[in-house]
Amino acid sequence: MTVLLNGESIQLPEQIVSVSDLLEHYEIHDKVVVVEVNGEILNRLEHQSTRLSDKDRIEIVHFVGGG
Amino acid sequence: MLKIGPLSFNSRLLLGTGKYPSYETQKEAVEVSQAEILTFAVRRMNIFEPSQPNFLEQLDTNKYTLLPNTAGAKTAAEAVRIAKLAKASGLCDMIKVEVIGCDKTLLPDPIETLKATEELVKEGFIVLPYTSDDVVLARKLQEAGCHAVMPGASPIGSGQGIINPVNLSFIIEQAVVPVIVDAGVGSPADAALAMELGADGVLLNTAVSAAKDPVKMAKAMSLAIEAGRLGYEAGRIEKKRYATASSPKEGMSIG
Repeated sequence: MTVLLNGESIQLPEQIVSVSDLLEHYEIHDKVVVVEVNGEILNRLEHQSTRLSDKDRIEIVHFVGGG
Repeated sequence: MLKIGPLSFNSRLLLGTGKYPSYETQKEAVEVSQAEILTFAVRRMNIFEPSQPNFLEQLDTNKYTLLPNTAGAKTAAEAVRIAKLAKASGLCDMIKVEVIGCDKTLLPDPIETLKATEELVKEGFIVLPYTSDDVVLARKLQEAGCHAVMPGASPIGSGQGIINPVNLSFIIEQAVVPVIVDAGVGSPADAALAMELGADGVLLNTAVSAAKDPVKMAKAMSLAIEAGRLGYEAGRIEKKRYATASSPKEGMSIG
C-alpha cells in the first residue's frame, strides 16, 4: 500500500499491517514516538491493534529540544 | 516550594532544552541548574534517520517533569492537537500553551491562547499558557482554569530582560495561580529581578543555551533565582532620597 508518511508518499512493504509493524520497519519501536493516523492520535496500546490502509495519512512525531 | 496544580517542585527554575552547542553541555547544564521541569517541542520525526541523537532519550524521565510546548501553533486548534500528541506519549500531563500571533516578535495571540487554554483545561491537562504581560488576559486565563500563567519579560530569545516590571507586578499582585516569567530573560540579574518582583518561577532557555559557557550560566541562573526569591521573602527596604547612617551617632571618641 501507499501511505502519506510525515508528508511523503511512501510505498510500504506488504508485511506491514499494523502501526507496530511500521515502527519496527523503521526501527523506531523502542523510541518515544507518537503516531497519528488520519487525524486520530493513538496511545501506545493502540499501536498493535491499529491496522493501516492504502492512502492513510500517518504522522510520527517525537520530542525535540525547545523552550 | 513551587506548586503547579497537583505537583510540587523545589526548584523555581524551568529550563528549556533548545539550541545547546552539544548534548554533553546540555546534560551538564541541566544537572547544574537543578531544574526539575524541562520544556520540549513536538516535531515530526525524521524516520529515515532514526539513529539521530535525541536529548530526551538520554534523560532519566523519572527525575524530571516534562513540559512540552505547543510551539509552531498559530491557532487554538493547532495548539490543542500538539498538546494531545504530547500527552499520548504517556510521559506528561503538563502543557505550555504557546500560540504565536506574530512571526517577527513571536508574541502570543491572546485570543487563540485563551481558547486553547479553555479547551485543554476541559481535557484535563495541567495548563501553563505563555502570555503577554497583560493583567486582564492573565486574569481571564486564570478564570479559564489554567494552573500557572507565564507572562513574557520581553520577546522570546531577545535577552532584553524585563522591559515592563510594572505590568509584571500587576499580574503577580492579582494572581491566584503561580506566575512564571517566561521568555526574554538575558542575564542572572533579570532572573533575580523577576523573583524579587514576586514571580513564583522563571522559565528560560536561550540565556543559558547560547551563553559562552552554558553550564556556568545554568548555575548562575539557579543562584540568581534562589537569591531573588529569598530577597522577595525577606522584604526589601523602602527607597529613600537621602542617606541614613548605618553606624550610631552616639559615643564617638573624636570631636
